[in-house]
Amino acid sequence: MAPLHTLQVEVNGQDQVLSVQPRQHLVDFLRNELGLKGSHLGCEHGVCGACTVEVDGRIVRGCLTLAIQTQGCKVRTIEGLSNDGDVRDLQESFIRNNALQCGFCTPGMVMAAKELLERKPDATREEVREWMSGNYCRCTGYHAIVDAICETLAERAAKSQKVKA
Amino acid sequence: MKSPPFDYCKPAALGEVFALLGELGDDARILAGGQTLMATLNMRLSEPSILIDITGLSELRGIRVQGDRLYIGALATHTDIEQSPLVAQHAPLLAQAAPHIAHRAIRNAGTWGGSIAYGDPAAEWPCCLSALEGTIHLQGRAGVRRVSATDFFQDLYTTALEPGEIVVGADVPLATAADWAGFDELARRHGDYAVAGLGISARFQGTVAHRVHLSFLGIGPIPLRARRTEALLAGKTLDTASIEIAVASLKSELDPLPDLTHTADTKRHLATVLARRLLQAAHASRAAMPA
Amino acid sequence: MSTIRWNSENETMTPGPAHAGPEVEERPKVDPADQPLHNVTEDPRYIGKSVERPSARKLVQGQGTYIDDIELPRMAHVVFWRSPVAHCRIIGIDAGAARRMPGVILVADGHDLAKVCKPWVAVLGHLAGMKSAPQYPLAVDRACWQGEPVVALVAESREQAEDALQVLQVDIEELEPVVDMETALDSSTPVIHPELGDNLCFTRSLNVGEVDGAFARADAVAETTFEFGRHTGVTLEPRCQIADWNPADEKLTVYHSFQAPHMMQDLYARQFDLPESSIRVICKEVGGSFGIKVHAYPDDFATVALSIICKRPVKFVADRIESFISDIHARHHRVKARIAVSKSGEILAFDMDDLTGIGPYSMFPRTSAIEGNQVVNLVGGPYKHKNYRAHLKVVFQNKTPTCQYRGVGHPIACAVTEGLVDQAARAIGMDPLEIRKKNVIPDDAYPATGASGIKLEVLSHEACLRKIEKMMDYPKLQAEIEALRKQGIYRGIGFATLIELTNPSAAFYGVGGARIASQDGCTIRLDPSGAISVSVSVGEQGQGNDGIYRQIAADAVGVDLEKVRLVLSDTDVTPYGGGTWASRGAGVGGEAVLLAGQALRANILKVAAVILKRDATELTIRRGRVVDAKTLEPALDFAELGRVAYFRSDTLPNDFIPELMVTRHYAQRDFPFIFTNGVQASYVEVDPDTGFVKLLKHWAVEDCGRVINPKLVDEQIRGAIVQGIGGALLEECLYDDRGLMINASMADYLVPMSGEMPDIEVGHVQTPTRSSQLGAKGAGEAGTAGAPAAVMNAINDALSALDAQCWSQPLSPQKILAALGKV
Repeated sequence: MAPLHTLQVEVNGQDQVLSVQPRQHLVDFLRNELGLKGSHLGCEHGVCGACTVEVDGRIVRGCLTLAIQTQGCKVRTIEGLSNDGDVRDLQESFIRNNALQCGFCTPGMVMAAKELLERKPDATREEVREWMSGNYCRCTGYHAIVDAICETLAERAAKSQKVKA
Repeated sequence: MKSPPFDYCKPAALGEVFALLGELGDDARILAGGQTLMATLNMRLSEPSILIDITGLSELRGIRVQGDRLYIGALATHTDIEQSPLVAQHAPLLAQAAPHIAHRAIRNAGTWGGSIAYGDPAAEWPCCLSALEGTIHLQGRAGVRRVSATDFFQDLYTTALEPGEIVVGADVPLATAADWAGFDELARRHGDYAVAGLGISARFQGTVAHRVHLSFLGIGPIPLRARRTEALLAGKTLDTASIEIAVASLKSELDPLPDLTHTADTKRHLATVLARRLLQAAHASRAAMPA
Repeated sequence: MSTIRWNSENETMTPGPAHAGPEVEERPKVDPADQPLHNVTEDPRYIGKSVERPSARKLVQGQGTYIDDIELPRMAHVVFWRSPVAHCRIIGIDAGAARRMPGVILVADGHDLAKVCKPWVAVLGHLAGMKSAPQYPLAVDRACWQGEPVVALVAESREQAEDALQVLQVDIEELEPVVDMETALDSSTPVIHPELGDNLCFTRSLNVGEVDGAFARADAVAETTFEFGRHTGVTLEPRCQIADWNPADEKLTVYHSFQAPHMMQDLYARQFDLPESSIRVICKEVGGSFGIKVHAYPDDFATVALSIICKRPVKFVADRIESFISDIHARHHRVKARIAVSKSGEILAFDMDDLTGIGPYSMFPRTSAIEGNQVVNLVGGPYKHKNYRAHLKVVFQNKTPTCQYRGVGHPIACAVTEGLVDQAARAIGMDPLEIRKKNVIPDDAYPATGASGIKLEVLSHEACLRKIEKMMDYPKLQAEIEALRKQGIYRGIGFATLIELTNPSAAFYGVGGARIASQDGCTIRLDPSGAISVSVSVGEQGQGNDGIYRQIAADAVGVDLEKVRLVLSDTDVTPYGGGTWASRGAGVGGEAVLLAGQALRANILKVAAVILKRDATELTIRRGRVVDAKTLEPALDFAELGRVAYFRSDTLPNDFIPELMVTRHYAQRDFPFIFTNGVQASYVEVDPDTGFVKLLKHWAVEDCGRVINPKLVDEQIRGAIVQGIGGALLEECLYDDRGLMINASMADYLVPMSGEMPDIEVGHVQTPTRSSQLGAKGAGEAGTAGAPAAVMNAINDALSALDAQCWSQPLSPQKILAALGKV
């Protein structure tokens, strides 16, 4: 039985120090050790995107990241994002557009979309589709999700225009 | 599935890595981005006793011009390469290929060195390195050695890496004004491993292709250079006639492996379609340039 | 009287230009299909509106509770050793090393569980002649498909269970598998269950009218062999369950990601010989189901058995690789079919032969013959012809069992029908939209009976065809296609007219002996504070049942939306009912909510009348208040009424008891099913060099009767369409010649992702059903029914310019290149 390692990681703004099995991936750590159930597992082979979380400001597949690899990092999950209100506008847009049905893919979708909003604020509809194609949704058919993200992009662009003006 | 139990360490120095590899051999695995390794472990396809995390080794980071080469450290992520102004300027082939690699979350973690070491014939970086005739830098206890891309990718998932060695980086020649790079792949879904892909690196004099490298992914057990066809294109203008000669040559030169849904014939056909399209694009781009 | 208006984009159509042709129709000024619906409640505020679903806000914050989120004290985890081959004898199980692994609690095999759980046989009485063999929770002596659970291993943690599984030794002797449905009935093919005599699960033939005569006199006949690849649901949340047997009070609680909790309550009772009332099934958030989670899996019974044996809660979560080989599969059909048509475009007959390959057992309890049976019932469905012949064979194979998956037979029937219609049109040189308009059962011809015997209450094919033509600007697209063809760009349009069965009566399952409820109930309680609690026997899996029930209850009782609290998916609490299947949530569940709401409203008025000492007929309800019926002057707040009714019964007459909690049930009994109809169109571009298909756009017009929440319905249709597109272009379970699935991972089994999917425009026609007050029909599956047909037809429209055709789904680049003669 492999020894436990001490992991020191900031999760959603809170410092955590825990003993972990090296083999435990980040999503199992978040769900089982910290009770943060908002990050989901759909495949555990890095394809479906349900496990998407943020490590040091970038989205990663939580199922392909060992918890121990986040030593000294800042991890944010859907719970942290929601609490901090970073993407409240995006989340409202999701609700307005009914861009979620069963909700299982939604935390991953929101995390992935957040990085798009930050890194590609002028994305076209097609670019939004391409960016989001790493996140599987079986319920919505994607149209409403793309609408919600495009609406948020437009809202933010309009806001920043106002600020500039 | 949950991966089998293993231990973990994160050496602070390269020497430690080599010592561990020397001691444990096959029982240890190198962990960088882990995008391939972790999926393998989650499916219990492999049972190492320890993972050696090399992401603490700052000497493996960085993208920089070194003489007439662009050097990319093993720990550069696919996103780093995708967003690097140096890569855009000096190795446009890599910049074209990067967006095809999986999806953003994977690109944020997956590494240049990892992709090279794994040597998947359907992956973008081995294909590009073959097209550019890059050089892979390997390091072990005995020191550093440099292996050309041609010699590095040997067989399916088999590279020139010796036990106890890791990939520390790879460099490619700096693109000049005479160079043209084109990359395209055919995948049924964006981000999937492509059914077939092609990276072309060509050097021109006017519209005459002085030399052309055609490097295919998803066709053979390693990235495939169609050297016979390349020889037919050397010194030619890439007009319709030359391109059709190239296509005909590819049909006999390429001997693809089928996959789950595509026959060898289909792969061959798709490879020629890509070749035609990219060679036409190369010609159009050179023809449009002022003399 | 206020009217319920539709979204402006779906408002009254302006008539298009009269087209030249043999018949010039008189176009009405206002399309009767766009007439506003009558109100079903006083002061309607929510029914018909796109209001927010109650669960959306928590789900977008990651605050839903899915079964795997639940942790119970002393909860253990089960993993299954599943057969690695398609067919084998189990020689011996050596669990010694496994039992010694850390954390292992129990290792059990088929014999162990058979002591606790009875086997079952999945047949239905009304599918005459259907046969299947008894099946156990864990395979006993023989495993019959790759993935069949053989050994159960329970440990303290999932990791420990999987670690122990690695050292479990199972000796097997491989047996010859039956893997080709075409030869499953050959005398040289092994019979999987010798006691059944052959590998035939079910067969059915239908011969209506004069089929041979019709084909003889036809001016054109089109004949095609259609292929549909086996595929599966891939719910993002895998199947999961926690079985919690409490030995002290002998009660079983099962937390299940599932669509029909009452059905499982009944099955557990009978399979485990437990009183029904000692079983409670609770569903929480369900991460996608689509029918995959409406069947009773051996894993489900095994997990319960293990909890009983271990006397602890046991959790089962299928991992993704496991899901591919253990979730039900569906839709593997080979249909040889032909259509007879006159040169004037009249469809004379359909004739089809359907072969479908299922697993080695029919799936419990809804059976694996229903899908094929529906194909027989539905081919040709939208059309007027009277001549129809159909033959069906459902054969056993050593592959993963199959069963109902979103659409259930409709995608196949529609693709066959619509593919033949397009070919007939091409054969006689008629426009594909024109031939449909000419042959659909007219909108004023209802009630009608289809050639296969299906009873159709009221459909609106003509109105839908008119609507889609306008929505997509058909002439403009046709001109675009023509112009682009000259440039060597090949685009195509494909139509699919469809019918879809919804709101089923007990004719679907009940008559066959299955204890599956086709009735549902709703209980509504006025709470002392003036809010209402609504409990319904149909649950929520993402489609928005919770949303529409809230809307209906709010309008029916007369309160604000925010005052409605929903309680769903707990057999201890809700009325008894059928749950989600066959698109019945809105039509059946919704009607029960309406009836309960009306009843509570009446009871509230009775109480108000007593409190106010007025006649109940002088009073009505507006927005949480009892008001004067004539002046709408407020008379009594619900909160005040609640206070008096619950806490001041001393102030009420001795002979009067307020009944502020009412239950009403509803079953649809007018027709075997309430059919809906729609039409879809797909616009594609085929790259003739690569065989790749680009989906440019998709349109759907759907008539699901009264639409309770337009946004929810639109999104259901969009999601269902993309699911159908998956089957048309990407999804297939691939097998080697030993019956092993060779693409059982998310990397190799291709599901639609956002990059390749088109924008989907949805329009509506609302023809309410008269079988209920609400008039709502189902909408959940129509998208999946029509999308594969529309896409396949669009591709063939493009390919026809190159003299190529392909009728094999999924239409992969490989197949398209082969059709084009490029490979």
